[in-house]
Amino acid sequence: MYVYDQYDQQIIEDRVQQFRDQTRRFLAGELSGEEFRPLRLQNGLYIQRFAPMLRIAVPYGLLSSRQVRMMAKIARDYDKGYAHISTRQNVQFNWPDLEDVPEILAELATVQMHAIQTSGNCIRNTTTDQFAGVAKDEIVDPRPWCEIIRQWSTFHPEFTHLPRKFKIAVNGAASDRAAIEVHDIGLEAVNNAAGELGFRVSVGGGLGRTPVVGSFINEFLPWQHLISYLDAILRVYNRYGRRDNKYKARIKILVKALTPEVFAERVNAEWAHLKDGPTTLTEAEVARVAAHFVDPAYQPLHNQDAALAQLDAEHPGFARWRQRNTFAHKQTGYVAVTLSLKPTGVAPGDVTDKQLDVIAELADRYSFGEVRNSHNQNIILADVEQTQLFSLWGELREHGFATPNVGLLTDIICCPGGDFCSLANAKSIPVAEAIQRRFDDLDYLFDIGDIELNISGCMNACGHHHVGHIGILGVDKKGQEFYQVSIGGNSGREASLAQILGPSFAQDDMPDVVDKIIKVYIEQRTDEESFLDTFRRIGVAPFKERVYAANH
Amino acid sequence: MQRIIKNGQVVDESWHLLPKDTTLDGLSNCDDLIVPLALWVEHPSALKARDGGLGVWLDAGEEIEEIADQLDNFQVIALNFPAFTDGRHCSSAYLLRTRYGYKGEVRAIGDVLRDQLFALKRCGFDAFALREDKDPQDALKAFEEFSEVYQASSDQPQPLFRRRA
Ligand code: HEM
Ligand code: SF4
Repeated sequence: MYVYDQYDQQIIEDRVQQFRDQTRRFLAGELSGEEFRPLRLQNGLYIQRFAPMLRIAVPYGLLSSRQVRMMAKIARDYDKGYAHISTRQNVQFNWPDLEDVPEILAELATVQMHAIQTSGNCIRNTTTDQFAGVAKDEIVDPRPWCEIIRQWSTFHPEFTHLPRKFKIAVNGAASDRAAIEVHDIGLEAVNNAAGELGFRVSVGGGLGRTPVVGSFINEFLPWQHLISYLDAILRVYNRYGRRDNKYKARIKILVKALTPEVFAERVNAEWAHLKDGPTTLTEAEVARVAAHFVDPAYQPLHNQDAALAQLDAEHPGFARWRQRNTFAHKQTGYVAVTLSLKPTGVAPGDVTDKQLDVIAELADRYSFGEVRNSHNQNIILADVEQTQLFSLWGELREHGFATPNVGLLTDIICCPGGDFCSLANAKSIPVAEAIQRRFDDLDYLFDIGDIELNISGCMNACGHHHVGHIGILGVDKKGQEFYQVSIGGNSGREASLAQILGPSFAQDDMPDVVDKIIKVYIEQRTDEESFLDTFRRIGVAPFKERVYAANH
Repeated sequence: MQRIIKNGQVVDESWHLLPKDTTLDGLSNCDDLIVPLALWVEHPSALKARDGGLGVWLDAGEEIEEIADQLDNFQVIALNFPAFTDGRHCSSAYLLRTRYGYKGEVRAIGDVLRDQLFALKRCGFDAFALREDKDPQDALKAFEEFSEVYQASSDQPQPLFRRRA
């Protein structure tokens, strides 16, 4: 993974000093709350229900074991002993004291980490495929490009006060696990017919109040021009994005208002001035960054299909886990393993300090000392030898990471909701838990198969409910917590937004509602048809009928 | 008298910033004036004929393209920040310096606070009229906050990746 040189280190250390002084001035009354607010936000610090919430940047989800240990230490020393993996691959702490934040940042800087631009109206952490660099269907490793974008976006002087937050995602594989089409900018690395590398560029995707699937405005942007083209998009947005209404301030509204074609023309007109200028990327720079993302020292190993099948036969639990929680690796003899952070009864994405220490250790012993956070709020050991899989499984079970539910109904994406978030209309964690409890039969879960259930506590959509195969949204009805249900969303390639079923439901009804939706699928599916396929074939009506029939 | 930051130093302000609804009536002939864009657009020749210095100021929604071919007339171009979180004029300053080659003073006015100065300077501002309740002397510290930067901008045409040792 990327290792800071003296320049990168200097910049984050300067940042620690800067924020220390800003916090001091705020506490001394030299900065008003209003003046401090955007400053702390640009440093990931929200003031929430009980305490500030601090969001720490995990660039494109990658962490070294040393960094994971630091997360554990912070959870222990400054929080209540746990951390939360966010849907943007970051790490959040729910309980630090404001006074401690400068110290936390100083500690983070010792392991090349920071909280820069993890919230606020600026360019946020760039996200990507959690299986970057190891997926079989990868065409281009997106990580060097993410790092190049990270450096360009860090304290970009012109774009520190955009109309609204700005999120960039990069995909380099045949499937899109980075949900690029629901980002402000989505970049898909591609090779053209001549074998040259470039990017397809989507703009104006996003969730929130007004969910939109992005529009591709450039089918092939040669890699040299990535930064100048991003500068051009951001400049058009910074100048012309709406600032009069924060709900209409995202770039998607500007793209819609202008139409994608006109927006693209504006970008091209701006880009014409920048193209081939000093921000043109050099082979040397790309090579310098890419050198940090070469393969680890893989051993020449063989695939262990027969041996693993044998273990499957002897240990049905292992078989189940292997089926759901492992992911095929490009390197023979290796496999990627997802640690499920979704056992029933734990808020999705929560990990304790002890678990983090264990993860760091497992990473050192099994996976070249690195882990990845996924936007599904799980953690991945990307480079495990197949011969070690069985012993790893044993250790994971011991520490509560082996729930065999990755990609299943109980692998719920869920925002903090009303338990922590002051913007919430409704709680989300208890709904997730009630659904997990209802669907506690593993055979049934396996039978249902691949399905994504996403829950947000309000229309800000932190839990990505619009792109869940089943999406649940907390709404407020005369001061009471209700839940609106939608189905058919998809964040992958050919992204689509879910359709709302109808009137919302009380919290207690939610497991029943989900149960009915699932039953319709089970009854209607053909062999091999996933939930999403069935939905696409039969439409929303049969689900609607079933769910509301019983209500009367 | 207001004190402003110019080229990294706190100096006495000698220019008069005129409000948006200013008309030609009773306009001083010898004072140094920063006039609102609308007045300039309506009366360029009258303003040019004065003896005093001339500057123009643009509100956040006004575009520098309006005056891009007339920049020679202004010793000062002031760009207003209705709120410090409105970053539109960061782009304006950048364009003034890099695209339109403006060499005069580019001044930040309005809700201008210490914690924005470092970035504003990078974009091309060289003068800062801080919000009245703020101490410009204290704000000078902002310019030393970072010793290195990644991006190219108007202060540094080469991005860090072309300068890395
Ligand atoms: C508890 C404190 C939180 C607050 C106050 C908060 C606030 C918000 C707000 C206001 C938005 C909408 C902004 C917009 O559309 O312009 C938003 C979006 C989002 N949040 Fe959060 N959030 C919180 C926690 C989280 C957590 C824990 C996650 C991850 C699990 C998360 C992930 C996201 C994502 C992915 C979006 C993007 C939706 C989009 O693309 O528009 N947030 N958040
Ligand atoms: S979706 Fe709403 S309730 Fe959930 S974390 Fe985001 S802002 Fe809070």
